Amino acid sequence: MTKVTLTVNGRTMSGECEDRTLLVHFIREKLGLTGTHVGCDTTQCGACVIHMDGRSVKSCSILAVQASGSTITTIEGLASQGELHPVQAAFKEHHGLQCGFCTPGMVMTAVDMINRHGGSLTEEKVRTELDGNICRCTGYHNIVKAILAADAEMASGRQAAE
Amino acid sequence: MYATSYHRASSVEEAVQLRSAHEEGKYLSGGMTLISTMKQRLAAPSDLVDLRHIPALRGISIEGRRVKIGAATPHADVAASQELRALCPAICDLASHIGDPHVRQMGTIGGSIANNDPAADYPAGLLGLGATIVTDRRSISADDFFVGLFETALEEGEMVTAVLFDAPEKAGYAKFNNPASRFAMTGVFVAKTASGVRVAVTGAGSDGVFRHPGLEQALTSSWSADALANVSVDPSSLLSDLHANAEYRANLVKVMAKRAVAAAG
Repeated sequence: MTKVTLTVNGRTMSGECEDRTLLVHFIREKLGLTGTHVGCDTTQCGACVIHMDGRSVKSCSILAVQASGSTITTIEGLASQGELHPVQAAFKEHHGLQCGFCTPGMVMTAVDMINRHGGSLTEEKVRTELDGNICRCTGYHNIVKAILAADAEMASGRQAAE
Repeated sequence: MYATSYHRASSVEEAVQLRSAHEEGKYLSGGMTLISTMKQRLAAPSDLVDLRHIPALRGISIEGRRVKIGAATPHADVAASQELRALCPAICDLASHIGDPHVRQMGTIGGSIANNDPAADYPAGLLGLGATIVTDRRSISADDFFVGLFETALEEGEMVTAVLFDAPEKAGYAKFNNPASRFAMTGVFVAKTASGVRVAVTGAGSDGVFRHPGLEQALTSSWSADALANVSVDPSSLLSDLHANAEYRANLVKVMAKRAVAAAG
């Protein structure tokens, strides 16, 4: 067993696991953060997307030991002081989900997308960037609407701050 | 996944040493192929030597028209490099279409070429550019590096540390995606380099990535998509599988070559 230490949603957390333990299982089972989902387990669906050192990654395809020492953000780390992150609020407002299973990955993907392309997203760009996330309910239309709305909201927030 | 032991190297020397200490070990870069393969129990290395934390293996450096990409540089960094895009946009575009955004944040150029998947994008890019693959012990030309299906000139324990190439006068890449896997059903990289025109094809050859002399000749006499109209692509050495038969791929080679030339401008 190897000790893995991560900074998760701003807190230092550690646990023991086998070297072959996947990061998503470590997060769910050792750290008890079950918001990150396992959908396909084969790097296709994106339900397990988290941020590692500021980059969106699929936690089902990374070993926990590979991530040791890194800074992780999961879906549980987005809201602050009881207030939804703008992307979460937009998903709620635009009903960007049906069954909700893919939602944590969709939201983490949307946050990363806005971080990288903030203010310049178009419908076409959002759809291209959702390449690695599958909604089995096929509810993409409202997901795209929610991401575009969050992008606009966050861009106007940045402008107001300047 | 079968049990394995993880080692994190902080230098190339340490990585080579760790790898040589474990006969059944493997280097681990982004892991976007290796971890998936291990999950399916198609690979079972006793030990993994992680290369992601070796600073010398990461990053893009440019001197004049000479480009060096560290082996552990993720696809997303190649795709987003403005400096590289100014010199050779084709390689940035190629990188921006590998897998999906999350895979591109982890997957690396060194990992991709060391694996030499017959449908991967980078082998076509590097063969098309006439790149040099630098390892911990020597330099290998792309023409010699890509040997066959999942096979390279790398020896046991040899590690890719960087790739080098001179920015071409013009280059372009076009691929026809397998809609499920995003791997290339056929991808063609065309480049007008100082040493001539090069055309490399991935996803189609039954022996992995290959150059096509007929297409190269046609583009040498005239660099235009129309110049390819009368080139024939022999399907006999191409892959046939449930996604596409060899004749279909032969047609795709021509169509993608034309699109690549159009993209190169």
